[in-house]
Amino acid sequence: MKDKIQGKAYVVGNDIDTDVIIPARYLNTMDPAELGPHAMEDLDPKQYPVPFLNEDGSCDYKVIVAGKNFGCGSSREHAPMALAENIEAVVAESFARIYFRNSVNGGIILPLESTADLTDFVETGDQVEIDLSGSPHIEINGRLFDIKEFGPVKKIIEAGGLTAYNKKRLGL
Amino acid sequence: MGQTITQKILARASGRDSVEPGEVIEAKIDVLMMHDVTSDMAIDILRNDFNNKIADKLKIVVVPDHYVPNKDIKSAALYKKLKQFVEEHEGKSNMVTYMVEGGDYGVCHEMLPEKGHIIPGQVITGGDSHTCEYGSGAAFSTGVGSTEAGNVLGMGELWFRVPETFKIEVTGEMPSNVMDKDLFLSVVGDIGVDGALYQAMEWCGPTIRKFSMDQRKTLANMAIEAGGKSGIIEPDEITKKYLLERLFEGELISRFSDEEIDYYKQQSGIRDFYGFDSLWNAIENTLKSDPDAEYSAVKKVDASGLEPLVAKPYLPANVAPASELGDIKIDQAYIGGCTGGKWEDFVAAAEVLKGNRIAKGVRLLIVPSTADIQRRLVKEGLYNTFMDAGGIFSAPTCGACLGGYMGILAAGEVAISSTNRNFRGRMGDPESFVYLSSPKTVAASAIAGCIKGAEK
Repeated sequence: MKDKIQGKAYVVGNDIDTDVIIPARYLNTMDPAELGPHAMEDLDPKQYPVPFLNEDGSCDYKVIVAGKNFGCGSSREHAPMALAENIEAVVAESFARIYFRNSVNGGIILPLESTADLTDFVETGDQVEIDLSGSPHIEINGRLFDIKEFGPVKKIIEAGGLTAYNKKRLGL
Repeated sequence: MGQTITQKILARASGRDSVEPGEVIEAKIDVLMMHDVTSDMAIDILRNDFNNKIADKLKIVVVPDHYVPNKDIKSAALYKKLKQFVEEHEGKSNMVTYMVEGGDYGVCHEMLPEKGHIIPGQVITGGDSHTCEYGSGAAFSTGVGSTEAGNVLGMGELWFRVPETFKIEVTGEMPSNVMDKDLFLSVVGDIGVDGALYQAMEWCGPTIRKFSMDQRKTLANMAIEAGGKSGIIEPDEITKKYLLERLFEGELISRFSDEEIDYYKQQSGIRDFYGFDSLWNAIENTLKSDPDAEYSAVKKVDASGLEPLVAKPYLPANVAPASELGDIKIDQAYIGGCTGGKWEDFVAAAEVLKGNRIAKGVRLLIVPSTADIQRRLVKEGLYNTFMDAGGIFSAPTCGACLGGYMGILAAGEVAISSTNRNFRGRMGDPESFVYLSSPKTVAASAIAGCIKGAEK
C-alpha cells in the first residue's frame, strides 16, 4: 500500500453509479487496458463540463473526490479496474458496499472514507495530497481533512488484495 | 440481546453461537453463483492462485445470462471461456450448470430459485449485485466482485462485516393495480438509494406473509437499490411449498449439508428428524428473528394506501406517483429482467394487455427470465396475448436491462421498464431515459403510448 498520493483531484457528487463509472456496453471484456479509456464515460457533461479523460485518453488526475454512496449499483469489478487504470484513490464520504469491497479485495485502487463531505472544499483540478503514514488525512488547498482508518480490512489492503492475503494465509 | 435471522445465519456459517453487527467474520459459503460477465477474472484467480482446485463442499451454480445468446464477438469469447471452465470442472466438483446449449437456461436470479437452489439458512454469494434476491427464500445472499468470486472458488469462504438489519413491516392489502414493485419503490423513494447502506433489509408483517415467492423475489432483489447488503424474508409455508413444487422431499433434504442438519437438530432439541416436515419445522422455528433482536431502523408501510409508482431517471429512488407525471410519451416498454420478468409479472401484464393493442410508435419487448417461463407462456396462451397486443419476444437474457442488447435506446428515447435500474445510460445512450414501474404499469403505458399507472 502506498503511503502518499499527490496530484490533481477530479470532483463528483453523490450516488455516482457503476453504469457511469464503466457503462455496460464495455463489459464484454475484463481486460483493464480496454476498460481504462472508458472510465467515467457516461458522466453528464452538463453537470461535469470538464471530462475525466482527455481526448487522447490520458488522465490529468490522481484522485477522485466524491460525496456519498460512490459506486452504487452493479457488482462489476470492472468499475474499480477502469478507474485504477487512471487514478490511485477515491476519497468519498461513503461508498456503496460492493464497490468498496471490490476496491479492498481487488487491491488495485484505494477506497478512502472521509469524515465529512469534502466536495465543498475542493474543485476539479485542485492539487491534493493524501498521507496514510500516520493518522490518515488529505490536504486540500492548505487545509487538512481526516480520512477514516481502514479497521479490520487493513490487513487485506496491506497484503495487496484478497487473493494475496489468502495465499499468504494458506502458504501458497 | 436477541439475534436477527441474518445474524443467526452468519453465526452458523462462521461457527459461532452469535455475531454482532459491525464485526468482521469469515463465513463458510454454501453456494456460489457465476454468470458470463463477471466470471472471467474469477476463473483466472482459481487457476493461477489456487492451483485450479475448487474448495471442497462448495456448490457452484453456473448460469450465463447477461449477453447470451452471445451478442458480439467479445462476449462470445467470455462465454467460451466459461464453457471451458465448466467442461473442466463439472463432474469433478459440486457444480450445477445451466448453459445455453440444450435450452434449459435463463436469468440467474430466476434460475436458481426455479431449480430449487435457494435453501433457507444457507450463505449464497454471486458475481452479480442482485444476488440479494435469494433472501426471498430465507438465505443470506449477497453480490460479490470477481476477485471475491475467485477467492470463494478457491477457499469456500469469505469475509463479511455483519450487517445491521433494517426492518420493514408491511400491513394492509394492496389495491389491485398495485404490485410488489410499487411497494419497493415506495420504500426506496422514502429512504433513498443509500437508505439501507451496508444493511440487511428484512421484510415482515402480514402482507409479506401472504406474498407469493415471485412477489418476495422483487423485494429482496431490489435491496441493493437502497444500498442494502441483502434482503431477507423468514421462511414459512409459502417458502416450503415453492421448494416442494420443484424438488422431491429426498432431493430437497440432500441439498442440506450434514452440518446444517446437525445444526437444526441442536437448535430444535430433536434427536432425529422423521421426514421432511420435522426438519422444516425446525428450520422455521430456528430461522426467525428473536423478539428482542436489535434493528438499525423499523419502517412501517400500510400497503392499502399505495398507488402505481414510477422511478424517474436517473435513480431508483427518484419516485413519483404515475398519476402525477404528466404526458410523457414513450418509445419503448420493456417487461423482463430478474425483477420484472418472472411468471407472475407476465400474468399481471397480460391481464392489462388482453384484447388491447399497444399505441402506435411503441416497441413492447417481452423478455421471459427463463426458458421454463417462456414455455409456460406458450402453453397457457399468454404468448399470444402479448403477440396480439403488438409485443415482440426475446429469448431469455438480461439483454437491454443493463444496456446489453435486444432493445437499446437512442439519444432522447424514453422507456418504461419493469427492471430495477434507471441510471444514466442504463439501457443505451447516456441521453436516453428509463422510467421504472410495475409490469402492469408498463403494460398500461404501452397501450396509452405515454406513462400511465395501471388501473384498478
